Amino acid sequence: MQIEKKEFKPLIVAFCCNWCSYAGADLAGSGRMSYPAEVKIIRVPCSCRVNPAFILRAFQRGADGVILCGCHPGDCHYSTGNYYARRRMTLLFGMLDYLGIEKERTRVEWVSAAEGAKFASVMNDFVSKIVSLGENKRLEDLRCKEQK
Amino acid sequence: MQRAEMIKAKILELMQNKTVDRAIGWKRGEFFYDNSPAVFETPEELEDFVYDSFCGANLSKYLVKEAKKDGKVLVCIKPCDSYSLNQLLTEHRVDRSKIYVLGIGCDGMLDIELIRAKGIKGITAVKDDGETLTVDTVYGERTLPRSEAILGRCTVCKGGKHVIFDELVCADEEKEARGDRFEKVSELEAMTDDERFAFWRSELSKCIRCNACRNACPACTCEKCVFDNDASGYASKANSDTFEENMFHIIRAFHVAGRCTDCGECSRVCPEKIPLHLLNRKFIKDINELYGEYQAGETDNGRSPVTNFTKTDAEPSVIYERGGKN
Amino acid sequence: MQRIGVFVCWCGSNIAGTVDVHAVAEALKNEPGVVFSTDYQYMCSEAGQKIIKDAVAEHRLTGVVVCSCSPRMHEATFRKTAQAAGLNPYMVEIANIREQCSWIHKDMPEGTEKAIILGKAAIAKVNLNVPLQAGESPVTKRALVIGGGIAGIQTALDIADAGFEVDIVEKEPTIGGKMAQLDKTFPTLDCAACILTPKMVDAAQHEKITIYSYSEVEEVKGFVGNFDVKIKKKARYVKPELCTGCGLCTEKCPQKKVPNQFNLGMDNRRAIYIPFAQAVPKIATIDADYCTMLKTGKCGVCSKVCTAKAIDYTQKDEYVQEKYGAIVVATGFNPIKPDKFGEYSYNKSKDVVTSLEYERLMNAAGPTAGTLLRPSDGKHPHTIVFVQCVGSRDTRSCGKEYCSKICCMYTAKHAMLTREKYPDTEVYVFYIDVRTPGKGFDEFYRRAVEKYGVHYIKGMVGKVTPQGDQLLVQASDLIAGEQMTINADMVVLATAIEPDKSARPLATMLTASMDTNDFFTEAHPKLRPVESPTAGVFLSGVCQGPKDIPETVAQAGAAAGKVIGLLCKDKLLGNPCVASSDEMLCNGCSSCEKVCPYGAITYSDKEFRIAGKTVVRRVASVNPAVCQGCGACTVACPSGAMDLKGFSNRQIMSEVDAICK
Repeated sequence: MQIEKKEFKPLIVAFCCNWCSYAGADLAGSGRMSYPAEVKIIRVPCSCRVNPAFILRAFQRGADGVILCGCHPGDCHYSTGNYYARRRMTLLFGMLDYLGIEKERTRVEWVSAAEGAKFASVMNDFVSKIVSLGENKRLEDLRCKEQK
Repeated sequence: MQRAEMIKAKILELMQNKTVDRAIGWKRGEFFYDNSPAVFETPEELEDFVYDSFCGANLSKYLVKEAKKDGKVLVCIKPCDSYSLNQLLTEHRVDRSKIYVLGIGCDGMLDIELIRAKGIKGITAVKDDGETLTVDTVYGERTLPRSEAILGRCTVCKGGKHVIFDELVCADEEKEARGDRFEKVSELEAMTDDERFAFWRSELSKCIRCNACRNACPACTCEKCVFDNDASGYASKANSDTFEENMFHIIRAFHVAGRCTDCGECSRVCPEKIPLHLLNRKFIKDINELYGEYQAGETDNGRSPVTNFTKTDAEPSVIYERGGKN
Repeated sequence: MQRIGVFVCWCGSNIAGTVDVHAVAEALKNEPGVVFSTDYQYMCSEAGQKIIKDAVAEHRLTGVVVCSCSPRMHEATFRKTAQAAGLNPYMVEIANIREQCSWIHKDMPEGTEKAIILGKAAIAKVNLNVPLQAGESPVTKRALVIGGGIAGIQTALDIADAGFEVDIVEKEPTIGGKMAQLDKTFPTLDCAACILTPKMVDAAQHEKITIYSYSEVEEVKGFVGNFDVKIKKKARYVKPELCTGCGLCTEKCPQKKVPNQFNLGMDNRRAIYIPFAQAVPKIATIDADYCTMLKTGKCGVCSKVCTAKAIDYTQKDEYVQEKYGAIVVATGFNPIKPDKFGEYSYNKSKDVVTSLEYERLMNAAGPTAGTLLRPSDGKHPHTIVFVQCVGSRDTRSCGKEYCSKICCMYTAKHAMLTREKYPDTEVYVFYIDVRTPGKGFDEFYRRAVEKYGVHYIKGMVGKVTPQGDQLLVQASDLIAGEQMTINADMVVLATAIEPDKSARPLATMLTASMDTNDFFTEAHPKLRPVESPTAGVFLSGVCQGPKDIPETVAQAGAAAGKVIGLLCKDKLLGNPCVASSDEMLCNGCSSCEKVCPYGAITYSDKEFRIAGKTVVRRVASVNPAVCQGCGACTVACPSGAMDLKGFSNRQIMSEVDAICK
């Protein structure tokens, strides 16, 4: 009997700020610029709304990669939100790396409302990185795994 | 134990002349090496006061509750504890007018486990002359150099300076800082992902979620911890393999990032001896390297680098360039 | 437990083409809280909205999930629908299955699967939604217009005519902007000054308009309806209330060697000056960089000749603090400097000029009093080469990738006017394309070619080389397919236009977004073209993108209309998705206060009854009128006391859980 080898479909959570990146994703959509369906977007008002706990939670529940997209530094709708997000994520990602979690699983990208093409290419690139990394085993909660 | 007597005499004097109404210090625990924090309300109770090389507990945190009560409370503060106290004042957790800070000297605390690790058993007492430890055991007396039994966190010391005090007793403000506290962090950073993961996996899997680290931490003074709050959505069942511990410890480290003074209480109190301080030190090291040197608690009005920014901060992608090999 | 209705929109075939909408509606039926699920061709249509309203009534729904296009498109529509059906509008969540699903995924099973997951996430969120009420804030009935060019003037006049106070802040000593420097305007060839200066005077004399000339915006605080702006009135060393604008000082000032910016440095003015005869306000200004008195303390001629005693060498910058309900940005543009384009020898020969310089050379009030003379030797030029798209549509780093829009037309104008006044002058225009999509534009261009005999040559100029007193122009004629050289007396460069440099720092102050070229972005490129995404900030003129005068004036009027619509209101409904602090959990640590960009968080000591005892605790509270809902505080708060309505910790985590399940 042959064991069917299933193609690895990663689960990607993308937190997008409402003003720039979510609009950028919309623009990618209206421009029909495709990126893998594995990317699921969660809308937040600002990149600074993203609590490290949300990112850890996603990994815990089996996400293979988490990406945070916000306005370019200097262009935050709330003027300073992404500056805080930048520090927080730099520290958090440094910590995850320190714990031995593959650093490519986390990413921050600044995508403006005008950068639909960038959004699509960032997602394509991120997904292909995650595919090459394979499944997230290090941060996943095994209990969640069993329920799958 | 001349120093203990002098401190006790000072506290007694301050109690009797009504400068303070009560005092937070240490008293003997079940064993001679587990001196525990205690509140002394009367001169009689103060008889139990001890101060020796097993008084590691950082007393600043107890002020959060004690300073809310009526009257003025004295607190014994070692040099490294003074940073924690300043941080609490920064965060308005303690009312300065309700406390009296007695800065006391410290030569570095001892770790009974290190003495035991020398193969010394049946220990009944440890005499400390500052250079050599004389250990009484049921099998007779043993000696060893003090430097070999010093508490992990005290091998790196911020120095003898009290950053806050009302009065000093037996303090050596000139004592210099020693040790490279980031040595172990750098060592870990230089490992491969797999090695780091193996290290932390093996360390964090020991966690029994007793919450001792949180309860001892002077930065963990939340009215109600998010992990105890069902409504927060953070709370989760305790103690299952892998992620629960990761989640708890990463979030705890993140919540105290920029506020942690590196007092080392988390590791000292951990019954499983998990080097939790290495998580906090990683944040401190990254903060220092990326956003400029910052010592939480240096002043009583500092601004944590985590609640601050500059327009030219490093991008998060900096971590792809830094860190260990793959 | 909520009673949730799920409404899956086909969006015609936009969604239904790649997502099996029936399958989505069916799959979501069994999610927790869902009591009704259906799909329909166009949910946003009246019939679609009726389905929602009927379902709310029939199934006693407490929450609504619409799986449709982006919430940025129709969230407001469906919130209104829910409200009309008696629900709180904030009990609606949108699953974006068009922009983020059907439009980008070609595979039906894949698209359907993703749509179901996005639907589940929205359902999980609605399960935790609570009704929200928007707070109210008052509106300051005064507008600020930043920039006093034709865009700013027109906006100010329109707002003022509606009865509202308007302040214009202009960084130059006079209003008028770029239009004041123009000679004639296309395609009607009426004189720019003749149509602009009356408007400048109208603005100055309007009882509702205050002009802060020679002033800059220093700081902007607050939010829509309640901006608090600090304006710097730069020291002009002349008391404006005393100066009569007689101009005697500008004739007597001994410092004669100051490059005259108004004529783009092609002639000189004095250190004390009035930019041009029709300046508004007509007040002299001392140029501190050149004034001998200010630099050395020795001179004082202007003070001696001024009979009005208006000169004040001790004047300092002054600051004015003013409140506004709305702000209009009209910061305009500048032509780029062509010195980075070495091939045109702009820096090597005085006879290579920019179009704006040429404009001044044609103008009766310009450096040559309107007679076309070569800047190098004052001789009459017989051959003139115009080069189009200098820096426009140029993807090199020195260029701009966009079309500057106005150059084709003003070049046609220059060519035509030159041929009309000097029929002995041969005029060549090199172009990539001639773009004339405006009323009367193509007719105008054809007149230049057909009636005035301007030589239009499709092709780019490769090199301009000074040779003797002439310029050797090497170019290619793409239609003839040959290289050509022209010995020209003058070369005129149609340089690209770029947003004024003051726009970038202003955008930061206003928290208004800009594109990569520093043009302000509009709230919606088609439907809200004169509004910035930042509430209460509006856009007028070229600061938003290249445009000609009629378009600028039209946009200025549109921006004014939006401002009037805002200022008419007595109260604004705020965004109910604001932060709020759970006082029982608050530690009083001030972390949130430090990261709040709006100063919306304050601390106070409050008494609490805990276990029968009165305890005083320091706790945070949020001013909902000031909070804009970014959520920075929620992450700074270690205890989880601070949360954001509409995007709560639990709501976001439930979305994460739903997606990762």
